[in-house]
Amino acid sequence: MKEYVQIAKVCMLAGKIMLQSGAETYRVEDTMNRIAIAYGLNNVQSYATPTGINFSTDIAADTHFIRISNRSNDLHKIAEVNSVSRKVTAGELALNEALDMLNEIDHAKLTFPGWMQIIAAAFVSGSFAIMFGGTWPDFIPAFVAGGLGFAGMLGFERLVAIRFMAEFFGSVMIGVLAFVFISNGFGNALDRIIIGAVMPLVPGLHITNAVRDLMAGHLVAGVSKGVEATLTAFAIGAGVAVIFAFV
Amino acid sequence: MMMIITQLITSFIASAGFGVLFNAPRQALVQCGLVGMSGWILYYELVLLGMDVVPATIFGAMLVAVLSQICAKVFKKPIIIFNISGIIPLVPGGIAYDAMRHFVENDYYTAVQLSAKVMLLAGGIAIGLMFSEVMNQVIKKFPARG
Repeated sequence: MKEYVQIAKVCMLAGKIMLQSGAETYRVEDTMNRIAIAYGLNNVQSYATPTGINFSTDIAADTHFIRISNRSNDLHKIAEVNSVSRKVTAGELALNEALDMLNEIDHAKLTFPGWMQIIAAAFVSGSFAIMFGGTWPDFIPAFVAGGLGFAGMLGFERLVAIRFMAEFFGSVMIGVLAFVFISNGFGNALDRIIIGAVMPLVPGLHITNAVRDLMAGHLVAGVSKGVEATLTAFAIGAGVAVIFAFV
Repeated sequence: MMMIITQLITSFIASAGFGVLFNAPRQALVQCGLVGMSGWILYYELVLLGMDVVPATIFGAMLVAVLSQICAKVFKKPIIIFNISGIIPLVPGGIAYDAMRHFVENDYYTAVQLSAKVMLLAGGIAIGLMFSEVMNQVIKKFPARG
């Protein structure tokens, strides 16, 4: 009996880390089931949504529940949990070893440092300005606006816990910067600069995940992620739109 | 030719940069960039040759999906790492922005048209991504008999 609880703990911890890192719901459930089967449970039931996981070791057994409150994008953690689950299914890891490893992953800080993310965002913005038909004079303005906009979003996110507001302020900053650049004679096309600079904020991960979940039959998760993506897109659009109200 | 080289370089930087933003494992960043670059350049060439953007996006997404599938198998990492950063260049951010702009300028007629296009493109990406998944499952179900 004690062992069931332990297996449930391992499965739910794996599921929790993956959901918080932005994995698709069907992948979360799949991983949890694989781990449970590898430890000898044959009739597990797992049900994950973007905001919580239900898990029971048998259809009539107690159901365990865990709440997911904050989600981010962290592909590295998904890969780490995936490799743990591979080892478990291969029978290489004992129960408490797996639990220790997952705990370690859960507390680890694997993200790139903030300044590196900002530089990456700046390069992404500059490149997209060129890819969407801009010319080289647009590169620098998009580079600066994208980097500062992303930095602004990170900063606002620390101040206010509502992500949509942070995205809104980030894109307002981008709009203002792009406008300032253009009116001072840097860059040719306002549109291209803004599109490029806004790209790091675009919810690409959520859109793709939402569609994948919908197609895999996870209707609740797919729809709710789709709504999250739409809201984000709306926040970005509204932020940029503020500028056009004054131009 | 110069244009193509520019597009290759910028799309590589963009996809790899998104790998950093999504915190992909450091060893996978180059692969992310290459996957994104191939998808984008296929899309770009098809559009240059006069194809409509929606089918071009579908083909680009298919290529991204197939390459990510291969990378996932070879490097033993979940496929999501490769296809997320690879698909980013194809996301219709520019048109979505245009649509939003026309909404704000009270030009609803153009705005709705552009929004419909965005929906079609997002659907195209989804179809392209699912295609490789389907192929993968079909291949698994029918093993080569010899």
